Amino acid sequence: MRGGAANPVRLRYTKLGKVRWISHRDVARALERSFRIAQLPLAFTEGFSPRPKVSFGLALSTGHESEAEYLDIVLAQDIDLDALPDQLNSGLPEGIRIVGVNALADRAPALQEAVTCVEWRVDVAHADLTDVDPQQLRERVDAAMALPELPTTKRRKGRDVVEDVRPVIRRITVCDERSTHELRTWVEMEMSTQPRGAKPGEVLAAIGDFTDIRARRMHQWIERDGARQEPLDADTRPRVPNAYAS
Amino acid sequence: MSDLWPRIEPLLARVEKPARYIGMEMGTEPGNLAPRHGSGRAAFLLIYPDTYEIGLPNQGLQILYELLNERDDSVAERAYAPWTDMEASMRAARVPLFSVDTHRAAADFDVLAFNLSAELVYTNLLNLVDLAGVPVRNEDRAPSHPIVIAGGHCTYNPEPLAEYVDAFVIGDGEEVISELAEVIGAWKRGGRATREAVLRELATIPGVYVPSLYDVEYDGPVVRSVTPRFADVPAVVDKRTVADLAEWPYPKRQLVPLVEVVHDRLNVEIFRGCTRGCRFCQAGMITRPVRERPEEQVRTMVKEGLRRTGYDEVALTSLSSADFSGIEGVVADLVTDQEGTGGVGVSLPSLRVDAFTVGIASELQKVRRSGLTFAPEAGTWRLRQVINKLIIEDDLYAAVDAAYSQGWRRVKLYFLTGLPTEMDEDTLGIAQLATNVTDIGRKYTKQASCTVSVGGFVPKPHTPFQWFGQNGVDELQRKITLLRNAVRGTRAQVKWHDPKATFAEGIASRGDRRIGRVIERVWRAGGTFQEWSEGFSLDRWLDAMHAEGLDPDWFVTRHRTRDEVLPWGHIAAGLHADFLWQDWQAALAEHGLPDCRWTPCYDCGVCTDYALEHVVASPLAPAGGSQGTGQDLSGPAVDVPVRFLGRKPPAVVPAGGAAVPSAVTT
Repeated sequence: MRGGAANPVRLRYTKLGKVRWISHRDVARALERSFRIAQLPLAFTEGFSPRPKVSFGLALSTGHESEAEYLDIVLAQDIDLDALPDQLNSGLPEGIRIVGVNALADRAPALQEAVTCVEWRVDVAHADLTDVDPQQLRERVDAAMALPELPTTKRRKGRDVVEDVRPVIRRITVCDERSTHELRTWVEMEMSTQPRGAKPGEVLAAIGDFTDIRARRMHQWIERDGARQEPLDADTRPRVPNAYAS
Repeated sequence: MSDLWPRIEPLLARVEKPARYIGMEMGTEPGNLAPRHGSGRAAFLLIYPDTYEIGLPNQGLQILYELLNERDDSVAERAYAPWTDMEASMRAARVPLFSVDTHRAAADFDVLAFNLSAELVYTNLLNLVDLAGVPVRNEDRAPSHPIVIAGGHCTYNPEPLAEYVDAFVIGDGEEVISELAEVIGAWKRGGRATREAVLRELATIPGVYVPSLYDVEYDGPVVRSVTPRFADVPAVVDKRTVADLAEWPYPKRQLVPLVEVVHDRLNVEIFRGCTRGCRFCQAGMITRPVRERPEEQVRTMVKEGLRRTGYDEVALTSLSSADFSGIEGVVADLVTDQEGTGGVGVSLPSLRVDAFTVGIASELQKVRRSGLTFAPEAGTWRLRQVINKLIIEDDLYAAVDAAYSQGWRRVKLYFLTGLPTEMDEDTLGIAQLATNVTDIGRKYTKQASCTVSVGGFVPKPHTPFQWFGQNGVDELQRKITLLRNAVRGTRAQVKWHDPKATFAEGIASRGDRRIGRVIERVWRAGGTFQEWSEGFSLDRWLDAMHAEGLDPDWFVTRHRTRDEVLPWGHIAAGLHADFLWQDWQAALAEHGLPDCRWTPCYDCGVCTDYALEHVVASPLAPAGGSQGTGQDLSGPAVDVPVRFLGRKPPAVVPAGGAAVPSAVTT
């Protein structure tokens, strides 16, 4: 049971640019520092070693960018949520920006379980970092999607494990753009995260001799009862504190 | 191209901890730094020659970074040693050493300024100069190359790097950095005439040593003289000392890194200098006198620093933080002030060994009491008198009793081995202390444990032990084995430092100019990151010594005589040679020397020669500590006061867990 007035809040933030090279844990620490700088009235867990009530969504690998990361926090008192992004952003490094906030229902399902689908935009190269011919990539993608299984070797807890990534892939679209200087080839991918997700690079390696040189998560989705929602719009709570007073 | 980022970023996907190379710390403003280059301003690249995680928190470097960027006529950025994987990628891709602020090539700066805190980083300095695309030897550099400068504690013996560093800065950097910026800026705006011109100019700044302006003559293997080649070059270079820390409330904007680093917390220096007089401790000798920061300024710096950085931990740093006048009040208020604002952990590095100190520590660590560290340094009272670390055993036991009774489970004890006059009974004394400590702990908890950390002693320049012949590898190894056997079957655990690394440190610590070529050979043989066990091999050092025709034992294990010209004799920390020699004789006679903050002056030379004095708020010695306070040390210490500051239930608790105060003074 949460004591007193508990106000769960969901935040959406970005991780873009140079800051993509910090780890998920580093992002968490930066956000926690920004909460302290803003003197955010966080609720704490009870017990011998109280911790602020903060829970992060899906991890984002070091090196990956994102337009759509989420975390849930619980505040000990009501604050003006519209002012929150600016308050926090002044204490955050360039590239990490709070871009959305919403009041969350009590006991909303945790992000890590609730999010079922993510979308990526991934710049692709061959494993030796040479340019990819988009037509060749399209053919390989079509061939791979026609297969019942796509086994790939992943590192899991320090061991090599063979996993089938085919069930993870919902859609892959190959895109290209030719400028005077260079040929840019990227893929747009939609992937399941439940019961288990995969990294864009793992999927590309399963398809052929490809790697990601820049991967950006564009969306995360919560799919429930046939409907698909942006996590900020799911499990919301009316922003009138007294509505829940009883 | 001044911004190397587009060439650096493709390397990052394949290296360990890529965030080491991105900069972006809170407190930096790369957008404002970039335009400051190339407009006649002296551009300093401040380099810590070890990994980012070790180098970033360095307060000295951060202070200079702020001061140089506050000035109109200078600009400063930072660089750290890329780890071996990144260095290999950089060399393969022809990417030179770069700043982490704006990712600018090192060779585009006017100055490469190194912080030297440990001798084993010397090979990294050469490697980084080379990685910058600058010739490693002074004599091979052209006017277009940056000037290579070094500061930090190791520069009190600059000779091993005399042929690789253009100018050394001895002592506190706050004032002298501006004088350097002026001279170098003028040289730059004047079209960078010869290097000798600017080096001659630099040599006239007090505290600056330009080794190429001195001739060294030898008498057989011994240095006969070090003589300036010009009349306006000082025969002796005196250290610089900031008289009043209150005038320097820096860093004002401590950098907050995005990745975890050592000492990842707000650090506020509460005093500089130490007169405890531990004879093995170079820091305590060369940083005299004691200069306390006013209590009010400490409070302000803590308060503003926490608010600005979002850190949930602050360290009040110094060489012996419990000695700060009024430390109890500062700590109590800090803990109280922070209640209700998210909670803050406070740590006091370098704690004295006494129960009073534990009382403070208990105030700091209200919840998670994992471990507490003390540094008795030697295993018997006799040897502690030799090294002037005047902790009586009852003090240690009272401290440990207080710690275990208040909930700590683990006590860590630091010792040195290979100290002057050390005998096997001193080594066995360490085991006895550790056993007694665990016995005390068992009264309170079955889980009581005690870890003993043993480091090999390396005699340092400008200390009373500078004449002492260091223990060789075999002797240190024998003592460590003796100790390990003695604690077998007890609940004490022994950890030790590799005696081979201790030996290599000994080569560099008291080396002369000839050691430079040894360092160069070790570097050319691939010996970077010598402080890291994966990079270290003593054989490289011994091979290099052999190739240079130098006898390692002559440099490391030989006792020096009083009349010998020491290679660092022309560098002055203010300590009279007579004082050091008398203190060395007193050590051999097993006589301790009280702390001069609270007892009459014994004229070590620093205050009198430099017209300085201690800046301390309280003329009284702190309660409870026998160490050098002039208290009667003969009686039992049953009445050691343990004052518990007002205890309230923790309303809020540091989110990151409580800090572990440590008592390391070396």
